[in-house]
Amino acid sequence: MSLPEIVFRVGGAAGDGVSSTAESFAKMCSRSGLHVWTYSSYQSVIRGGHVWTQVRGSPEPVLSHGTVPNVLVCLNQQTMDVHQGDILAGGAIVYDSDLVKPDPSRVAKGVRLLGMSLRKLAQTITPNAIVRNTVALGAAVRLYEIDFRHVESAFQDIWGDKKPEIVEQNVRAAKLGADAVDRAGGSLHLGVPFPEEPRYLMTGNEAVALGALAAGVRFHAQYPMTPASSILHWMAAHGPAHGVVVKQVEDELAAMNMAIGAGHAGVRSMVATSGGGFCLMVEAIGQAGMTETPLVAVVVQRGGPSTGLPTKTEQGDLNLVLGAGQGDWPRGILAPRHTQECFDLTAKAFNLAEVYQTPIVLLSDLYLGEGFRTVDKLDFNVPIVRGLTAADGGAIQGRFKRYAYTDSGVSPRAFPGTRGYQFVAATDEHMENGELISDVLAGLPEFVEERRKMHEKRMRKLVGLRKDMPPPELWGSANADLTLIHWGSTWGPAHEAILHVEEEDGVHVNSLEFPTLFPFHADETLRILKGVKRTLSIEGNYTGQFARLLRAETGYQPTFSFPKYDGEPFTWREIADKILEVVA
Amino acid sequence: MKLAFELETYKSEVKPTWCPGCGDFAVLNALQHALTELQLEPWNVLLVSGIGCSSNLPQFLSTYGFHAIHGRAVAVAEGAKLANPDLHVIVTGGDGDGYGIGVGHFIHAMRRNLDLTYIVMNNEIYGLTTGQASPTSEMGMKTKSTPIAGVIENPIDPIALALSSGATYVARAFSGDVKQMSELVAKGIEHHGFSLIDALSPCVTYNKINTYEFFRKRVYDLNKEGHDAGDLKAAFLKALEWPVVQRDRIPLGLFYRNDKVPTYEDLEPAYKKGNPVKQPLGVADADEILKEFL
Repeated sequence: MSLPEIVFRVGGAAGDGVSSTAESFAKMCSRSGLHVWTYSSYQSVIRGGHVWTQVRGSPEPVLSHGTVPNVLVCLNQQTMDVHQGDILAGGAIVYDSDLVKPDPSRVAKGVRLLGMSLRKLAQTITPNAIVRNTVALGAAVRLYEIDFRHVESAFQDIWGDKKPEIVEQNVRAAKLGADAVDRAGGSLHLGVPFPEEPRYLMTGNEAVALGALAAGVRFHAQYPMTPASSILHWMAAHGPAHGVVVKQVEDELAAMNMAIGAGHAGVRSMVATSGGGFCLMVEAIGQAGMTETPLVAVVVQRGGPSTGLPTKTEQGDLNLVLGAGQGDWPRGILAPRHTQECFDLTAKAFNLAEVYQTPIVLLSDLYLGEGFRTVDKLDFNVPIVRGLTAADGGAIQGRFKRYAYTDSGVSPRAFPGTRGYQFVAATDEHMENGELISDVLAGLPEFVEERRKMHEKRMRKLVGLRKDMPPPELWGSANADLTLIHWGSTWGPAHEAILHVEEEDGVHVNSLEFPTLFPFHADETLRILKGVKRTLSIEGNYTGQFARLLRAETGYQPTFSFPKYDGEPFTWREIADKILEVVA
Repeated sequence: MKLAFELETYKSEVKPTWCPGCGDFAVLNALQHALTELQLEPWNVLLVSGIGCSSNLPQFLSTYGFHAIHGRAVAVAEGAKLANPDLHVIVTGGDGDGYGIGVGHFIHAMRRNLDLTYIVMNNEIYGLTTGQASPTSEMGMKTKSTPIAGVIENPIDPIALALSSGATYVARAFSGDVKQMSELVAKGIEHHGFSLIDALSPCVTYNKINTYEFFRKRVYDLNKEGHDAGDLKAAFLKALEWPVVQRDRIPLGLFYRNDKVPTYEDLEPAYKKGNPVKQPLGVADADEILKEFL
């Protein structure tokens, strides 16, 4: 935290190429060896609106998108109006002087105003207007003193295969921006050190797709929905080469039911969506619980309810996934905290789903799913555990007892195509051999007993599932004055806030966090809570859905709470301020 | 020659719970005959159904089965077929299940031309829920849910719908003629592509209009009347004979068959690696995959 860092913000209207400009910049940072964390703020329009992306790069690990930028690029007036006051002394604002005017009274002293005729400069190279972004990008690269070869290599990767002339044009355009900075006083001399050891850069959604691939997913069905769509995009482009059938289907009902069909047939099967799409899947997810079909469902949360804030982040769907489907059935809910965990927990989810023959939900969100972050090299050599299959089931007489009563609640399954193990998987209540209890037998004394036993068999899976799912973790100082309680993507800003208040304010804070949300690790949680003083629960929703779960499972009520439901992710500064407020 | 699989091979020990005289018995019988004729290995057949009287059918066969939820049988079947294209996947259900709540999946499965066989036991009523109107109930039909003016919506025309959605095998059968039904089902299973068999299967308890007698008076074999099943336009004209345009002549038989259309499986890029369910798990070339992220 002590080393100087890059906090770059670029803004314009949708259609101005803001996100691709920021993505290229993020790539240049990760290639120069920086740790990177991005956040994009956008709206649900194709053209217009106010779009901005922040890229934070540091030679030290970063935990959030940071607060105020040291370089701002304004592609339109609105960006200037909204953000010009954020830049601190020593920073710079690059703007398109043909379209944008700063208000010097709102800009801090010591901020360099670098108006450039971005469009005219670009037009000296190509009539393609979007190239003006590259001129601005070149300016930012020079202001931060990023090695220009990363500009060339990034463009080479984006266009090199198909359009070498575009690479050449963009490199020249970036040089024009860099030269303009040189003429206007040169770099900002921030002194950011560049390790020059390239780092892997990806979104949480991409990490989920990679985790699924590593775990051997062979069927993926999805209906497009922000912010989960990029899972479909990556899978559609890369899955088939690895033998993955990737289907964009007619609706989420189809996605869930197809995934169940594929899981029943014996492949590792996945769906991905956001809360609104999961609402539709709820119709069928209990069917997977009842027929004991493994599958992995990824829910990338956005602002709700209803269609809510499609392009904004929230942690408001925990109640939905906890309560999805009528009746009781065993489920697992995992919540990755960061990009690496998106990979790890997705891979793990496939094992849990197959070992316990039930759906596992992975609860992510827009901030985590769409943000680009650097990760260490992912290890694809993940363990693959497929659980009990018919080969372990012994010789079959009569109809295969697919749902045999066992102590673990898990019965050996058989894939269609396996000789001699024919059975019917039924979503109605059924006996050990799959025969229905519902039609003419329900209510008869013997079958009242059968129903009870079958239901208990399924629900017994929760015991093993809980044991195999990652427990809560206490991170940070042993003797803290305050313990943060949080889950999911709040991890980064929360940890960064803790580092700040410990270093700058001498306040000792630690953090209790939950990669598993259900089945709840009540005993471990209580054990940890017995050793902490006061707690502050931080959640991206109004009612404190996780705090409620915690209370229901442990009886524990957090001392303080900090809800956020404005659509924006927590920043470390907000959390640090709240910490200081409650410990004062 | 002794067959490897007798009719009995395909029967399960579970006895049907249908009402005596139900048209669905004939469909079960026809399906058992079709499987016997084709000598399909019971363990390589997956029967998928939804909810309703007809959807109990997989329980009564000794193949693999999946008894799913209302309207979603086709989607479950698609997933299973895509995961293991070597399976013979047959979907069974009723008119409410397939033409009502599940009509979206039905249309999309046909436009995909997946190699599935869909047998819809069409009794023009909701039987298991005790007699409400169905999407194929006739205009004017009084039911528990349409007691005053009767049905005031046009019935779905499954044959025309299938023809316009891209199904490549479209047939109609009747529970009063098990022999013709078995032939149509067997050819449908053999057909490489999506096959629909709309099976007129009277509900003797709740539908007092579309009875065996009602159909016997009106049905005829369109193939015996010289219909060319390779002619899509002629098939559409035959489809319009019933139920939407008129009520007096009901064509049975094969309306349309096209073996030249590639199936979804023929085009699916993932199958270059082989049958997904038979692929080893794990990734060999992780470095290659990760390259784009560096």
